[in-house]
Amino acid sequence: MWRDAALVAGKDLRIEARSRVATNQVAPFAMLVLVLFAFALDPNRGVLKQAASGLYWVAVLFSALLAVQRSASIEAGDRDQLRMSGLDPAGIFLGKAGAVAAQLAVLEVLLGVGIVVLYNARVASVGLVVAACVLATVGLAAAGTLYASLAAGVKVRDTLLPLLLLPVAAPVLLAATEAWQAALAGHPGDGTQWLEILGAFAVVYVAFGVVGYGALMEDA
Amino acid sequence: MTSFTPPRWLTTALFLGAVAFGVAAAVDGLWVMGPTAEQGDYSRLLVVHPPVATLAYAGFGITALASILYLVPRTRRREWDLLAGASAEVGVVFCGLTLITGSIWGRPVWGVWWTWDARLTAEALLFALFLGYLALRRVPASPHVRARRCAIAALIAVLDIPIVHYATSWWQTLHQGSSIDLLQPDKHLDTAHNVGLALGFISLSLAFAWLLVLRYRVEKLEARYEDQALTVALEARHAEGRVEVGV
Repeated sequence: MWRDAALVAGKDLRIEARSRVATNQVAPFAMLVLVLFAFALDPNRGVLKQAASGLYWVAVLFSALLAVQRSASIEAGDRDQLRMSGLDPAGIFLGKAGAVAAQLAVLEVLLGVGIVVLYNARVASVGLVVAACVLATVGLAAAGTLYASLAAGVKVRDTLLPLLLLPVAAPVLLAATEAWQAALAGHPGDGTQWLEILGAFAVVYVAFGVVGYGALMEDA
Repeated sequence: MTSFTPPRWLTTALFLGAVAFGVAAAVDGLWVMGPTAEQGDYSRLLVVHPPVATLAYAGFGITALASILYLVPRTRRREWDLLAGASAEVGVVFCGLTLITGSIWGRPVWGVWWTWDARLTAEALLFALFLGYLALRRVPASPHVRARRCAIAALIAVLDIPIVHYATSWWQTLHQGSSIDLLQPDKHLDTAHNVGLALGFISLSLAFAWLLVLRYRVEKLEARYEDQALTVALEARHAEGRVEVGV
């Protein structure tokens, strides 16, 4: 399973690296969202600094949608080939989710630099920020990969996927924002309970994907 | 295996029962029940709001259960998928009613139509989760593919409910705690309020069951129509041909 996961993740990441969609489109989009937030909220009155953690995670969520849609479109029309490849479905799920998580991690670093530079945010507890990012990324990638597979091969996928994924990912947005707020304010103790929510979300959706992805692939 | 179709008398009985208990609940809620000291006339919403909120959860619970039964090969029947779809639709309607009746109560009591309280937020997210599920059900696909997809989507949504519950509870709580025990009268309420609440629960449960059975029947008819669509289309073309040649 782990070997298959590494193969699929390597394939997806190679395709992304060659197509450069993540670097040329998704990353600029994420930064653009941060800039647009500044237009919408008055940047001179400290609103951006106060809301930095929430805006950061909204930008991550929107970028995750794009990354997940990209991941699903790699096999658009060729899902049968993946199904007939003999790879373990759980491995395929972990590989695809892993590739999405890797892209999201890079985007999160970029957006993190963005909020420090553009919103003047200061990170007081790096450990909590990193822990929240790791858990939220795993959860978002797992849930996103599952829903992308559900919406695969559907003409209305681009509009259906946000409707399916955003409500499910709402607890991640909430918990990650609260954890970051605690980390930015320098109260890491307040953020630990939110890590439990992020951890529970990640465990539930990774476990569900490992068990249920095979059934979804049969639909291809 | 024979497919189950609910008899017509069942829907009639459920409808009549819902109307009868609904009238009794309305009489109790509007005339017998007096205003309370804390909430005045708005306490009358007790007849409607807790029952619709509970039944919304019941609807999503039935959807989850039917989805599991569909996914397990031994119990897999198309009827479970149809029941899951019907129950989710009725659940979404009751969830919407919960939000509306809650807002009507919240405006005078809390002073706002909406507030980011834990239960309200969780309920709104639940509403959005199952709207997505219903959208997925409308996506064209072969019946088995769609049923399997929707069953998995329902389980993903249901798995999210406890996480949403804890996240929003820790976030903030303004809503009063669970003050109603379904199995025994509430000590803080007078007899008229307890009777009204019981009548509301019975009436709306019957209405829920009536709508569920009706929707299930419509789902079955739609499924049958879908299965027979090609045959129907072919027969129509044949009929057109017969008219043209004057047979």
